[in-house]
Amino acid sequence: MAAVFFYLFSGVLIASAFGVITARNPVHSVLFLILAFCNGAGLFLLQGAEFLAMILIVVYVGAVAVLFLFVVMMLDVDFAELKQGFQKYLPAGLGVGAVVLGELGFVAVGWTSAPSAGAAAASPILAHVTNTAALGQVLYTKYVIFFQVSALVLLTAMIGAIVLTLRHRPNVKRQNIDVQNARTAKTVVELKKVPSRAGV
Amino acid sequence: MIIGLTHYLVVAAILFTFGIAGIILNRKNIIVILMSVELILLSVNLNFVAFSAQLGDLTGQVFALFVLTVAAAEAAIGLAILVTFYRNRGSIAVDDINSLKG
Repeated sequence: MAAVFFYLFSGVLIASAFGVITARNPVHSVLFLILAFCNGAGLFLLQGAEFLAMILIVVYVGAVAVLFLFVVMMLDVDFAELKQGFQKYLPAGLGVGAVVLGELGFVAVGWTSAPSAGAAAASPILAHVTNTAALGQVLYTKYVIFFQVSALVLLTAMIGAIVLTLRHRPNVKRQNIDVQNARTAKTVVELKKVPSRAGV
Repeated sequence: MIIGLTHYLVVAAILFTFGIAGIILNRKNIIVILMSVELILLSVNLNFVAFSAQLGDLTGQVFALFVLTVAAAEAAIGLAILVTFYRNRGSIAVDDINSLKG
């Protein structure tokens, strides 16, 4: 049964990865990317990495892919023009792809693991702890420095993205709060003595 | 038929190859290049999780989590640069980027 799901998930994963790089319209590329992430999450589930599978769905499909979708739809770009080099680069792409696949294939088929590898596990997977709890138990103790550093990376990325995209437009009317708060009745209200029967 | 580590490694290798080929094939379209990088990182994560499951060691999954974090940060920064570049140039063609040099 697991074999059926493995072939299903990996087949759709590879097909949608192919769709990502060949789709004419980048919106279709993003949708293929979402499909690829969902199937990748399925493969994670098959291997017992339940927390990572859920994180992949939540972070990638829910945030990163939607970010891509926003940017693709927000920019008014002539995508036909961007697709022009595809034919020209096809031989180079296929050549490099074949070389990389050949090398990785040799490694993936011909590898052997050291006999002591199983015994050298830094944080072994325990049978009676759920995957999420087990990850939390090592992430917040053994790898807490790395956890904090990754939080710093995210903070830097957040501040960087805001700084890059924030722009001040000079000609837009805005509420000026400090000026507003500094107003007093003395500076704002003017009393006029209106003579009777003369009009203002 | 039993599904072993080699099956996952082959799938990850094919995915990695598609990512590399995507970077070369879509030389002009930086959005698809960023998506290809995401594919490469997904294949790396697949390898980490496959070895983690095979060796019974949780460390691989922890590292896959960090890779995910960095990938999210990279996507956000890359897209922010893209939006800024589009505002300045009115285009996202990679060929135009070298006109940024002083």
